[in-house]
Amino acid sequence: MTAGGIGEPLLRKEDRRFLLGKGRYTDDLNLPHQAHAYVVRSPHASARVASIDASRALAMPGVLAVFTGADLAADQVGGLPCGWLIKSKDGSPMVEPPHPPLVTDRVRHVGDQVAVVVAETHAQAKAAARELEVEYETLPAVARLRDAVAPGAPAVWAEAPGNVCFDWELGDRAAVEAAFARAHRVVEIELVNNRLVPNAMEPRAAIGDYDAADDRYTLYTTSQNPHLIRLLMGAFVLKIPEHKLRVVAPDVGGGFGSKIFHYAEEAIVTWASRKLGRPVKWVAERTEAFVSDAHGRDHVTRARLALDKDGHFLALRVETLANLGAYLSTFATVTPTYLSAPLLGGPYTTEAVYAEVKGVFTHTVPVDAYRGAGRPEATYLLERLVDKAARETGIDRVELRRKNLIPSDAFPYQTPLAFTYDSGDYQATLELALRESEYASFEARRAEAAARGKLRGIGLSTYVEACGLAPSAVAGSLGCRAGLYDAASVRVHPTGSVTVYTGAHSHGQGHETTFAQIVAERLGVAPEAVEIVHGDTDKIPFGMGTYGSRSLAVCGSAIAKALDKIVAKSKKIAAHLLESDPGDLEFEAGAFRVAGTDRQKSFGEVAFAAYVPHNFPHESLEPGLDESAFYDPKNFTFPGGCHVAEVEIDPETGEVELARVTVADDVGRVINPVIVDGQIHGGLAQGIGQALCENCVYDDEGQLLSGSFMTYAMPRAADLPNFKVGLHVTHCTHNPLGVKGVGEIGSIGVPPAVMNAVLDALAPAGVTHLDMPATSERVWRALREARGQKGPTP
Amino acid sequence: MKNFRFHRPQSVAEAVAVMNGAEAGKYLAGGQSLLPVMKLGLAEPTDVIALDALRELNEVRVDGEALVIGALATHYQVHTSPHVNKLAPALADLAGHIGDAQVRNRGTLGGSVAHADPAADYPAALLALDAVVHTDRRALPAEAFFTGLFETALEPDELVTAVRFSLPRKSAYVKFAHRASKYAVVGVMVARLDKGFRVAVTGAGPKAFRLPELEARLAKSCGPDAFEGFYLSPGELNGDHDASAEYRAHLVGVLARRAVAAAA
Repeated sequence: MTAGGIGEPLLRKEDRRFLLGKGRYTDDLNLPHQAHAYVVRSPHASARVASIDASRALAMPGVLAVFTGADLAADQVGGLPCGWLIKSKDGSPMVEPPHPPLVTDRVRHVGDQVAVVVAETHAQAKAAARELEVEYETLPAVARLRDAVAPGAPAVWAEAPGNVCFDWELGDRAAVEAAFARAHRVVEIELVNNRLVPNAMEPRAAIGDYDAADDRYTLYTTSQNPHLIRLLMGAFVLKIPEHKLRVVAPDVGGGFGSKIFHYAEEAIVTWASRKLGRPVKWVAERTEAFVSDAHGRDHVTRARLALDKDGHFLALRVETLANLGAYLSTFATVTPTYLSAPLLGGPYTTEAVYAEVKGVFTHTVPVDAYRGAGRPEATYLLERLVDKAARETGIDRVELRRKNLIPSDAFPYQTPLAFTYDSGDYQATLELALRESEYASFEARRAEAAARGKLRGIGLSTYVEACGLAPSAVAGSLGCRAGLYDAASVRVHPTGSVTVYTGAHSHGQGHETTFAQIVAERLGVAPEAVEIVHGDTDKIPFGMGTYGSRSLAVCGSAIAKALDKIVAKSKKIAAHLLESDPGDLEFEAGAFRVAGTDRQKSFGEVAFAAYVPHNFPHESLEPGLDESAFYDPKNFTFPGGCHVAEVEIDPETGEVELARVTVADDVGRVINPVIVDGQIHGGLAQGIGQALCENCVYDDEGQLLSGSFMTYAMPRAADLPNFKVGLHVTHCTHNPLGVKGVGEIGSIGVPPAVMNAVLDALAPAGVTHLDMPATSERVWRALREARGQKGPTP
Repeated sequence: MKNFRFHRPQSVAEAVAVMNGAEAGKYLAGGQSLLPVMKLGLAEPTDVIALDALRELNEVRVDGEALVIGALATHYQVHTSPHVNKLAPALADLAGHIGDAQVRNRGTLGGSVAHADPAADYPAALLALDAVVHTDRRALPAEAFFTGLFETALEPDELVTAVRFSLPRKSAYVKFAHRASKYAVVGVMVARLDKGFRVAVTGAGPKAFRLPELEARLAKSCGPDAFEGFYLSPGELNGDHDASAEYRAHLVGVLARRAVAAAA
């Protein structure tokens, strides 16, 4: 192993600047002559905008302009595009309503963008915004899934009857029906996957800067994928050719998916900066983030599992309603469909699966990918269903999983829903998790808790997920409107230090460290001699950014490919310097050696010669050492594992305390174990948040009830036990690094483990069902109903 | 936030005078309630009158059979005061569960009681410990002080200067904190005073209130039988999507029983 290379627990290089408060976030940037934008948002879920009178706002101190949808329309500004076309069962395309950056005549959710006020300062813009007179004629609204598909529900879009955007299916319906016909037993479940607000620590922000001298635009924005924003905003919304548009995503304080999407404010500030001839800055306030960042999850699902007499899973049938919100956000349509349903086989040998998903419009904030994006929804459903099957069949829940897990010698494994899992060892992660969680001795802990008047429960989930988005050909055939390869450039400098330009974007993932370790391993240089550049479309090659746990599997593989080219070229140079044949050279520990001799050139010497090529043969050897590569993945990657949670419930108050969390994961080859731990911890915290406290609630009128941290409960450090994290890895077989992905497994695997633990604790009292989050009042009510009581219990 | 005039009076009298000269003035103590509502535009004072120069108002002292805590004593001060910990440990405990460390280092007793948030912790302590609120001009028993949702008996210019708490023989505060805000969904303070048990509830209603029926039962017996059939009607209680009135009514019973057990 090279010092600082693959597998070493290096502390994160980037943490120095973050811990010193020297990070450079979008809001830290202030451009000369900059003006400030404040977005006026709809207080109503559904209304006609009868009139907008800006005269009073324009008269306020410092105000430069008030823009409305009419101003954008006059400049032929386009709508925000959706990146993935989903087709309904009958082959018809999804309903794709307009999505202008500022509305023209109707508002469709609380927080919808009505107008923008630009002033000399943020305070002036905000004060003036309060003086903008908008006359609304309110209309009936619908916020919840079941209400939206009920007959006579208010229509979000006239072109979407029944509020249905698409009615999609996947899988072999006939095979599933045949399997159900011969089933020994059918287990059924209906559950809600609760709606979440992403709440990255850094609220979104954007600065548009038009340079009239060069007729060139720069957008600074809180994005996970600056090239995607350049493509979407440049080509579809503002029609700016790529060479005239630079998008910079500097340090970004967390995304979790919510900063993948192209948002209205990015287009507004870019357009307004040209209108006003000044840079225009917008920074979201936290309350604004609650009503303008795309939300996550929000599914209602009914599923049936067919089992044979021995408990083998024969078939699964799933019907899901997925809330899309009022408009289609960038990846809203793929998240509940292709990112979710193909995983319904899970880590099991289920023979046939058929899934139907209805995408539904409501008068709510758009819903899109959020940490896990579709896979948490599939995993939660499946693992709740497996536990229910265990209870109904009387087969122990661990035994039932063991019976149905794909055997470790069955890889590559073709699932019934298109995926081919390349590698995994689900039994090993299951057994590791059981051992580390002291599963076998749980009943003693349950009894000890009972003696203290507490209900203790243990729950588990065995999961597989798909990341490394995605083979472009597959994505294209499924309706993706972009390729999903990635790119890297490796520039070796004359004295042997290295700069890597990557299409990935780091907003908490630690790429500056992990990617440097890949370079260190391959070239034998110290990680400190490697700089990772990301986030600036003027510098980096065209790449698709960071989401879906793809950075290492896809962007890291692109770096590995570029490094292969660097080594090949270096070998030619070294061979020239050593007057030998490249084929006779070995490259090890940062030096090229003629095999079987002590004649060698260090990597630094080779790099120097590349840039000071005094005697290079012109015909066969170019100067320089700078290579690029594009990598299009051959397949998705499939991390998997087992998560175990243990809870203790106060039966009098319903309060759930999370006592233990133990996980055993297969993330593929580990580049940096400290970062892997950190990513798992963060994902677990968010998954636990979904299971126990986070819940985005709208009332009947479409007002957001949980619109601040006073009511929306984020998990706190004190709510969490120390996590026990174990790994049992199998290498990915189809990418050069053998890596799978780690960023989302926590939020995928742990919610069902926690809920299964809660239900295990409540089972002796007769409770059989509970939806997330398991809040104290919900638990108390479930216990009370199970006891058949109505009034308050003493 | 709108612009305002900022004042820093050097005496209570000057503070009140400045308030009387202001169009829409607000006293600023720790700012833990005022500043958030100003940021949200829910309060737009023309004049903010900072009280931090009034050092004499943050004293914690024992005065005969009472504990007198200055209005500007921070929650942290109350939580860590040797006097409070010795004479009314439940009050120290209560202060240690308000908000988070930042809030406790800035927020004050006087600010909290004058704000009269229905989910604040202190009102339960004031009712249970038979407290008297002292202002620049008079003294008001706690039960007359809290009049409704964010409402008190204070005149517009009146300034709380101290709170005088009776010393309990025993006391306990049991809080069920809101998962997000950490305010009390329900908080119950039980105190055994010389004149008997007092049970006060915060978080559950529009303002803190006592449970006279339970107090009467406890006068007879403070064992588990005191709670036999005890039932608080949810009728007048707060209810929202985080905690229904019915759940709050239930919690009052559970927490009261636990507080009584702790104070027995």
